[in-house]
Amino acid sequence: MAAQRPSQLFRNLNAKIASIPMILTAVVVFLGGTLWTVVYSFTDSKLLPRLRFVGLDQYERLWSSNRWLVSIENLAIYGILSLVFSLVIGFVLAALLDQKIRFEDTFRTIFLYPFALSFIVTGLVWQWLLNPDLGIASVIRGLGWTSFTFDPLYNADIVIYGILIAGLWQGTGLVMCLMLAGLRGIDEDIWKAARVDGIPMWKTYLFIVIPMMRPVFITTLVLITAGIVKLYDLVVAQTGGGPGIASEVPAKYVYDMMFLAQNLGQGFAASTMMLLTVAIILIPWAYLEFGGKRRG
Amino acid sequence: MTYRSLAAALAASAVLPLSAAHATDLEVTHWWTSGGEAAAVAELAKAFDATGNHWVDGAIAGSGSTARPIMISRITGGDPMAATQFNHGRQAEELVEAGYMRDLTDLATAEKWADVVAAPALLDSCTLDGKIYCVPVNIHSWQWLWLSNKAFEDAGIPVPANWEELVAAAPKLREAGKIPLAVGGEPWQQNGVFNVLMNALGGKDLTLKVYDEKDAEVAAGPEVAKIFQALAQAREMSQGGNVKSWNEATNLVITDRAGGQIMGDWAQGEFQVAGEVAGTDYTCLPGLGETELISADGDAFYFPLLKDEEKSKAQEVLASTMFNPEVQVAFNLKKGSLPIRKDVDLDAANDCMKKGLAILAAGNTIKSTDSMLSPDTTTQTNTLFTEFFADPSITPEAAQARFAEIIANAD
Repeated sequence: MAAQRPSQLFRNLNAKIASIPMILTAVVVFLGGTLWTVVYSFTDSKLLPRLRFVGLDQYERLWSSNRWLVSIENLAIYGILSLVFSLVIGFVLAALLDQKIRFEDTFRTIFLYPFALSFIVTGLVWQWLLNPDLGIASVIRGLGWTSFTFDPLYNADIVIYGILIAGLWQGTGLVMCLMLAGLRGIDEDIWKAARVDGIPMWKTYLFIVIPMMRPVFITTLVLITAGIVKLYDLVVAQTGGGPGIASEVPAKYVYDMMFLAQNLGQGFAASTMMLLTVAIILIPWAYLEFGGKRRG
Repeated sequence: MTYRSLAAALAASAVLPLSAAHATDLEVTHWWTSGGEAAAVAELAKAFDATGNHWVDGAIAGSGSTARPIMISRITGGDPMAATQFNHGRQAEELVEAGYMRDLTDLATAEKWADVVAAPALLDSCTLDGKIYCVPVNIHSWQWLWLSNKAFEDAGIPVPANWEELVAAAPKLREAGKIPLAVGGEPWQQNGVFNVLMNALGGKDLTLKVYDEKDAEVAAGPEVAKIFQALAQAREMSQGGNVKSWNEATNLVITDRAGGQIMGDWAQGEFQVAGEVAGTDYTCLPGLGETELISADGDAFYFPLLKDEEKSKAQEVLASTMFNPEVQVAFNLKKGSLPIRKDVDLDAANDCMKKGLAILAAGNTIKSTDSMLSPDTTTQTNTLFTEFFADPSITPEAAQARFAEIIANAD
């Protein structure tokens, strides 16, 4: 008389059917593509993929290549600095805007505007700005300080910082907006309570507000990190990897190997290494974030 | 009345597509975008349009290294164009092996290409397993030194007659505020400078031993060490240039801000567009004035296999047009390159082109580096030389050791 309990599989059937396309995309395109790449990174594929396995040869060549090592080093410098600076600058700007200032909308628009530009445009703009013959350096020299030199894009030692400047200019606006949204989400009463207790403002920000903004910080962190790993177009537009190989980055190595050198195997090996690096950082973090506090 | 006009309109609309079918649109991709190059490619388009077909121009800006990946991914991705430029040699080797390209052997035999081609190496590099897969359209040689006469006049010294003299003149040029040697910041240009120094200072045998036989011992030996010393001098002479593309570097020579540039004969098109005259405004030294040797590099067009019958026929028409003697003359005069046929005369050729033709006629040619090294190896040497040019702390000895290793591992 009592109806049989419907099987677990058919619960919420509509939702499950609706998500089939996305599941297929994830499994076939993302997972399938990744596995395919990893498998072919052990072959000697040239212009076209072919299954002739050569063991770890591609990885040995990769790690003995000076250009790859320079790429990794550049990504590390750019990554760490851009993470720190965009969070700090973004948060400070947001905190300043949060002081109920006049023309807040105008400032917000100005700060966010660079984000509307693509990395290619950003790269070109900053290539001109940092060009010693027509950019900032020449303006300052024109003002009378004739010995002034500032040409990061033509100096192999500091070129990565030239790229960092452009990256920060483009990206901090978004971070600021996210932080501002986070700050607005903090209850007014918290501020009142802090003021009643006589806690100075900077302490309130540092020890009360920031810990409360944890979800916003995590979202921001994911966005910035994704931007760092795929850094490519900014470098291509600004320096083309030069001077020499001083501003090469891993994503550019992968592209150049796959399409210029017609050496797919080497490109796949490099992209597998990129995936591995991301996985090493991401998996422990995801485990701590989502695995540790599973509540019944 | 209305019926009749309606019928006429219908008939007209039915006839139109039929007649239009004869004029087939073919998309041709290439990376010829600088002033002289664009003028030359317009000649090819004009000649093809005259056959009743239509040339759809697919120029891709940003030199071959930007264009080739786009072309290759279109072909392998199932969206092939009707014809595409490559430097013949090993760039399209795998595409041909995988069966993406049309076999042009029948057309070549019918038109007796082998009898009229200027250097046999040209068709050889289009041939794989006895079948011809591309139409060479011009001969370009890398081994040229372009000098600005005015720059040397300003420095108060005579125009050098060879590489040694240019090196000796460098301090005087610096004093006069000129850059002795303009070298663009792109890897392929810096690699080109090395290859030309090797051709000119080392000679044909050394080049073949290193690049063709891939003899790593020779590459690490004393003869190649001399080339690296010369390259270090070139690095020194190029300091302060800060230009990226080759035509910007050529422009430094045209505007007399630089003494000279080592660049292929395609640079000549730029001098022509700027209205300069060979001999009075600028001087050209084939083989850097050291060894009269030019390579049979060049551009060729490949025709991807298409399913469309009409287009396939039009592809043959296009291939035949490109090989046509008159088209060859018109195209190469604008391009500043040498024609691939020996049965055409270039009365309109200027001094520099005549020098090149004479060397070609004497048979002093060498295989192009592109046909000896795979793109993979070329990318590695590109990286090495761009590092070398950007970083004065790399010694010639250290660079040579790395070069020998690349040659040892080359395929």
